[in-house]
Amino acid sequence: MEYILAALVGLFITIGTYLLLSRSVIRMLIGLTIFSNGVLLLIFTAGRLTQEVAPIVPEGLEVPEGAIANPLPQALILTAIVIGFSMFAFLLVLAFRAYQSLDADNTDTMRLAEPDNAPNPPLSY
Amino acid sequence: MATSTPTTDLPAAMIDTVVPASDWVIVLPIALALMGAAGLMMFRRSNGTPLIGAVIVVLAIIACEIALLLEVLANGPVSMTMGRWLPPFGISLTADIFGASFALAAAVVTLIVLFYAELDRADADGRDAFHPMVLLLLAGVTGAFLTGDLFNLYVWFEVMLIASFGLIVQGNRPLQLDGAVKYGFLNFLATTFFLMALGLLYGLLGTLNMADIMRVASAANPAAMAGVAALFMLAFGMKAAAFPVNAWLPASYHTPPAAISALFAGLLTKVGAYAMLRALVVVLPASRDMLEPVLACIAIGTLLIAPLGAIAETNLRRAIGFVVIGGIGAVIAGLSMPSLNGVAGSGLYIFHAILTMTALYMVAGLVEKTTGQTDTRHMGGLYAANAPLSILFILLVLASAGVPPFLGFWPKLLLLEAGLDQGVTGTAPGWLGTAMVLALLINAVLTLIAGTRLWAHVFWRSGPEGQGSEHGSVALKSFDNRGHLALGATTLLVAGIVVAGLWPGPLMDGVSAGAADILDPARYVEATGLAGDEL
Repeated sequence: MEYILAALVGLFITIGTYLLLSRSVIRMLIGLTIFSNGVLLLIFTAGRLTQEVAPIVPEGLEVPEGAIANPLPQALILTAIVIGFSMFAFLLVLAFRAYQSLDADNTDTMRLAEPDNAPNPPLSY
Repeated sequence: MATSTPTTDLPAAMIDTVVPASDWVIVLPIALALMGAAGLMMFRRSNGTPLIGAVIVVLAIIACEIALLLEVLANGPVSMTMGRWLPPFGISLTADIFGASFALAAAVVTLIVLFYAELDRADADGRDAFHPMVLLLLAGVTGAFLTGDLFNLYVWFEVMLIASFGLIVQGNRPLQLDGAVKYGFLNFLATTFFLMALGLLYGLLGTLNMADIMRVASAANPAAMAGVAALFMLAFGMKAAAFPVNAWLPASYHTPPAAISALFAGLLTKVGAYAMLRALVVVLPASRDMLEPVLACIAIGTLLIAPLGAIAETNLRRAIGFVVIGGIGAVIAGLSMPSLNGVAGSGLYIFHAILTMTALYMVAGLVEKTTGQTDTRHMGGLYAANAPLSILFILLVLASAGVPPFLGFWPKLLLLEAGLDQGVTGTAPGWLGTAMVLALLINAVLTLIAGTRLWAHVFWRSGPEGQGSEHGSVALKSFDNRGHLALGATTLLVAGIVVAGLWPGPLMDGVSAGAADILDPARYVEATGLAGDEL
């Protein structure tokens, strides 16, 4: 099972990287999302996959009786999903706003901050 | 882990005693900043309240951090664990001298920028929530400096990132949207790499508490650990804008209003550099030794390329962005030579850069306000019109290039000593130290050339490019009350930098003690309560 998930993580990160190399901002955004989902899957796999019982301590006991599933990776992933989703939402609005203002969703034509025809350095002094 | 039966009995894993009140100073700065941000969000439309409220909150944070720093200087690292679970289960906030002093510097800089920011806020109506965002940014930065848990560090990075997203688009000009797209994508990618490293580290060690990692890291596969350390290096290198992954900084830092640029330059890249110091030198020292040649190459590349960019650039704030990147090179130089002098030099450089780089952007903002231009080709003759501004600028150029007796000189002196000692005491071959010394010296000269050229173009020559002196200077705007407030705030910060440079004794003693804790984290581990019980 770990091997399948590890291959899946690799696939996600490959697709994400490929899309991130695109010039289109929306494709980059989708790529970033797939990339970060690959990373979440990586944390899940790295936290060991078990088919144990849910990590709930039975009533009346202070420690669980047998082996339980590891709840920590799930807590980590949940935090990262919430954060990643808010970043995604912001970047999506930003991309749309940039499309409205700059009339471009292509990073090659977004050259306001770094002008294409940048002047030569001043030669005085 | 999942397969082993828990052996710890419950009371031993919980904190039963009440935490002493003095330990609360470590969590108060973060809590105050977060609550202040939430509170000011409600009052953002009322006139004047946000500024006054933000100043009060930041003053309270500064008071807590002074208390924290005094406590750390007197008794060693302080740790407080959130929730009732003992570390490594509960999340620890742990402050040592470096973390506490950087957090203090960040809060002081934020206070000054709050006053400076009034310069651009003549027609702001508070709907943009500038002050809450600044407090949120400060919360993220302070949390990153004070945390003792790597996953918690990731969360603070994201808090910082989302606040900086909100700040970089303030003003809503097309130029800013362009800069924000590049800033946003690359910084989010950097934190995703950080998360990837965290996942792998957790898989290898089963813990993310920094002090706990220090204890168990030696048991893990060194090759796998080196891979994790390389991912940390990539993620924090992107955050800090080190040489091969620095392109986002000059593409975005000049786009928002000057106050926001100043805040970013002082706080954000320094947190990246500090996280790299913490992760590589303190938490994973064995893996750092493996990566030492890579770190040295990154440092030399950053030291040499960045000031060349500053020389070639005509846009004033973009040129200063390259100076900021050059400073990161000096910090990484110290990471590649982890002797007492090297680490102390890195720490003092971060402290110096938090103050100096903020002040540089503040002066650049005043220059842009006075001339109405952003490009140095259209500036000139400002010396005659505004001599105080030109003095502030040249002082900061000298400080950032590291000319004695200014503040930038002292960390570079420590780094040069570390480089010269490298062949004698370090693990790496001696030529690496020699190369580092040369790179640091060339960087100082190139930064001095870049800075003085900017100064000559903006202040010294009689008029803009193509205009002779007979035309007089271009139409210069004089300062109104807000301008004078901003100039006063900038002068105060520069005066602080000059005084610290002329009287570096306490700083040098402080960073030496801090570097000793970085290199031998025994006191740090002891503060979290994890010392003693070996696995």
